[in-house]
Amino acid sequence: MHVFFEQENLDAYLSGFFWILKLTGASAVLALGFGVLLAAMRVSPIPVLRGVGTAWVNIFRNTPLTLVIFFSFFGLFSTLGLEFSDELDTNQFWLGVVGLSAYTAAFVCEAFRSGINTVPPGQAEAARAVGLTFAQTLRIVVLPQAGRAVIAPLGSVLIALCKNSTIVGTIGLLESSNIMKQLINDNGDAVIEIFLVFAGTFAVVLIPTGYVFGWLANKLAVRR
Amino acid sequence: MSTVLYDYPGPRAKRRNVVLTVLFGIAIAALLWWVYQKFADAGQLEGRLWKPFTEAATWRNFILPGLRATLLAAFTGMILSLAFGIFFAVGRLSEHWWIRLPVGAIVEFFRAVPLLIMIFFIFYGVPFLIQGPVPIFWALVIGLTLYNGSVLAEAFRAGIRAVPRGQSEAAYAVGMRKSQLMRYILVPQAARAMLPVIVSQLVVLLKDTALGYIIAYPELLQRGVNDLAANFGNVIQAAIVVAVIYIIINSLLTLFANWLDRRTRRLGIRVPGGTGALRTTGAVDGA
Repeated sequence: MHVFFEQENLDAYLSGFFWILKLTGASAVLALGFGVLLAAMRVSPIPVLRGVGTAWVNIFRNTPLTLVIFFSFFGLFSTLGLEFSDELDTNQFWLGVVGLSAYTAAFVCEAFRSGINTVPPGQAEAARAVGLTFAQTLRIVVLPQAGRAVIAPLGSVLIALCKNSTIVGTIGLLESSNIMKQLINDNGDAVIEIFLVFAGTFAVVLIPTGYVFGWLANKLAVRR
Repeated sequence: MSTVLYDYPGPRAKRRNVVLTVLFGIAIAALLWWVYQKFADAGQLEGRLWKPFTEAATWRNFILPGLRATLLAAFTGMILSLAFGIFFAVGRLSEHWWIRLPVGAIVEFFRAVPLLIMIFFIFYGVPFLIQGPVPIFWALVIGLTLYNGSVLAEAFRAGIRAVPRGQSEAAYAVGMRKSQLMRYILVPQAARAMLPVIVSQLVVLLKDTALGYIIAYPELLQRGVNDLAANFGNVIQAAIVVAVIYIIINSLLTLFANWLDRRTRRLGIRVPGGTGALRTTGAVDGA
């Protein structure tokens, strides 16, 4: 373990994962908000909104994230001049967040839409039959059931987002994968150790997260 | 159009919908106009930036070779991950704990590690171990295989477990061995039941080949956007053209998956939780 006993390397390791944490956190919040909005558009009775929602989902779900992040740096920033900060890494960070959120929102939208679709139409029909208004139907009958069905897919989306945030390294942010590459190049005698520490950090955090979401989804599942 | 959320619209709801359609239509048109203006202000709508795409040489020298490399990596990765997936799914269902546990640990590990970390290790780390270079193509393909193969292993496992017990009992009753049971009875039925999930994961794999750009494998993003834009100074236009190519290929694969889904639904093997739920998790389980 000699590589990580050196303060300099340990700091690099920590800062790499701190970026991952920040990327995941910021993108999760934005993608959740935007994804819910897209889902609302896709189930709305207004064709224009449905069209926009569908287009967004189809475009971003079928484009590689690497291309999206590449575009947000070389397209939005370098060519169109969208700049978040004078500081290089802060700017890279926010451009990465823009790309990650735009991409992840498409998957969040699909998770919510499939959640709403798991509620049998009879439930809403019954709600209307007993005289509930649209808002009441949504609040009391549909969303509580849809919310439970959404837990498992949302968990997968969050885990994928955390792993995907390493791709922001493409535009030069010194997140965990770039730090690992540097450490490997500087310490050719300890590559297995370095890999196991970096990969292990992800595994130790993400495998239990997956089980917790699975357990929660199972516990809260609507028995039909 | 009626979903779970609202009824068939009556006259009042119809009128309201028309008003809202017009309002939102104007808002979205305004938004698109704003984007158009931004592009125009930055001089991004000039014909000369799009002109390279009307010339055969651009396609011959940049886009098509990139597409070929992308498809080659994707195709090799697909074959290898399917093999890996079946092998590890069967291993994880083994009756021997000394096979089941390590195989389970390997599958869980590769599913949790970001593909980029995997690829960097293979491309930059392994050469130190074997004292020689790792070909860029194989660094990408092996990374893709380990990750997507592990996800597919879980899909196969769910599929195998969804085959009714009577099938295995009948196979044992007619004197089949465990290996024959897997090969002739369980895996074919599981593969058919899980086809939609499998194809969705293959779409993920195809998209993930774009990670090859980061280690300079000459695939579609590298050749069609990076190198092409370096020559013509049209990074936005190149990115849009390449994105459209990716979207077309993936949409075709998805249409194929949906067609298979409709076809296989008739076969009557139900995966617990429904193929739909599994497909959603499968499809989002990638970069």
